[in-house]
Amino acid sequence: MSATAIRLRPRRTKGAGLGVLAWLLGLLFFLPIAWMALTSFHSEEDAATNPPSFAAALTLDGYREFFGAGGGASPWPSLINSTVASLASTLLVLVLALPAAYALSIRPVKKWTDVLFFFLSTKMLPVVAGLLPIYLFAKNTGLLDNIWLLVILYTSMNLPIAVWMMQSFLAEVPVAIIEAAQIDGARLPTILTRVVAPIALPGIAATALICFIFSWNELLFARVLTGVVAETAPVFLTGFITSQGLFLAKVCAASLVISLPVLAAGFAAQDKLVQGLSLGAVK
Amino acid sequence: MTATTTAPVAATPVRTAKPPSGRLRAWATRAPLLPALIFMIAVTQLPFVATLVISFFDWNSLYPDAREFAGFANYSEVLTDADLRQSVFTTILLTAAVVLASLVIGLVLALLLDRRFRGRGIVRTLLIAPFLVVPVAAALLWKHVLYNPEYGLFNGLLHYVGGPQPDWISDNPLLAIEASLIWQWTPFMMLILLAGLQSRDHAQIEAAKVDGASDWQVFRYLTLPHLRRYLELGALLGSIYIVQNFDAVFTITSGGLGTANLPYTVYQSFYQAHENGLASAAGVLVVIGSIIIATFALRVVSSLFREEVSRA
Repeated sequence: MSATAIRLRPRRTKGAGLGVLAWLLGLLFFLPIAWMALTSFHSEEDAATNPPSFAAALTLDGYREFFGAGGGASPWPSLINSTVASLASTLLVLVLALPAAYALSIRPVKKWTDVLFFFLSTKMLPVVAGLLPIYLFAKNTGLLDNIWLLVILYTSMNLPIAVWMMQSFLAEVPVAIIEAAQIDGARLPTILTRVVAPIALPGIAATALICFIFSWNELLFARVLTGVVAETAPVFLTGFITSQGLFLAKVCAASLVISLPVLAAGFAAQDKLVQGLSLGAVK
Repeated sequence: MTATTTAPVAATPVRTAKPPSGRLRAWATRAPLLPALIFMIAVTQLPFVATLVISFFDWNSLYPDAREFAGFANYSEVLTDADLRQSVFTTILLTAAVVLASLVIGLVLALLLDRRFRGRGIVRTLLIAPFLVVPVAAALLWKHVLYNPEYGLFNGLLHYVGGPQPDWISDNPLLAIEASLIWQWTPFMMLILLAGLQSRDHAQIEAAKVDGASDWQVFRYLTLPHLRRYLELGALLGSIYIVQNFDAVFTITSGGLGTANLPYTVYQSFYQAHENGLASAAGVLVVIGSIIIATFALRVVSSLFREEVSRA
């Protein structure tokens, strides 16, 4: 009895120590974001001091500046463009991926693993390799600076991830239910929307979140293929720092506002994040 | 575009009322797959074929009339150009450093998070956060808010302890980019490794402990072999994403100070120098490099995948 008590004690203190270490590392990783949030509520003068002003007065000036109060360009067109590009491409991805995943899991085609790996291999093709022909194509067809071109490209960027994820979610749908629906005379579109989609809804939602995050973050395509009209939020952010003068609070406010949808989506789907990022290989 | 035109056509064969013949049935099974497949081939494979063709031409878009077939001239120029060779080297260095460092730190964090302690969920959330900052915003944050020599947070904190006031980016440009990327990618590695840790056989570990195995022995002989494939997966997926990194290089140094990686160089050679042929040749070389990594990546994914399938 006493022997185990002695053995237990050092274990417990060691465990507590490792808990504290985890907390410290967590706070260390979060520090830049916390500092960004604090700076965004400081005046430009307080934001640019050395040593840093931790307890400076709080103000919303950085946010007012960002939203164009100081006469700068308004971020709204770019935020709306990003929203349209992300939501439309996510929707298109789901419309294409759901039937594809059906044909790869519920009623699989021959050599379905080969098809699945073809989708994955396209994800490994570097984006830059196809950028020039896409640029030339867009230039010659007048699609340059058109948000729908980005929708198409973001769809191709996310479709492999979506097919992989949905394939694994749809594999869990009981085949008996689908057969019952077929006996009742339901056709494929009805089966997909009325039977498969409701059962796989949590998985579909997770897939949509991942696709949304990647589209929202994308910079290279948007930077090369858009200009004044179809500019997205990340492109707006890169053009934000132009002149000299103090801009730290403004940049922090802008970065936080633009990251907010991703932070919200990511925290909501923490568990699904890893599955999407590993293309469904890890559950 | 391909998708909208093929979808209605593709959907029809499914609705055959009478039992269809074998070939028809095979097409009915394939039909739901076709829109996605045709879309992917059109949008990802065709441009690459075009890149391959352009890479054999001497073509500067400022002089469109002077376009002519150049054979492998672009490739020999790319391979002998000192700047481009430097960017190949930079890409390898950047990718290797970021992947290795974030794997090691991610492993430590995953091991810490695998234990029970008060507030574990909160710490996990805090640790994931860096990955959820929009990459451009993260790069701007590091460049202006943390690294700035005059009023950045790092020098501000050093000021308190009377330390030196280095110019972080100019002194170590590549390291500056790597640090910001390691900060963003460590959570990714941590999540994958945590999933690996949680899929361990806990009965086996308990049995080993009962038999008197130390924590280190359990880690060395049980946990690490189990994690091997998750480590490989993290390394390879991380490589694929980081080899393609554009945002951080573009934002923090604009490719200056010897930090231009291949994606940035390709971007620059056609977007600023308008050298279409050269850019394409460099693009093709990037693809060849990626195929080498991807071959290994696909093997790892497929071994994990087969394990999942057999378990299901």
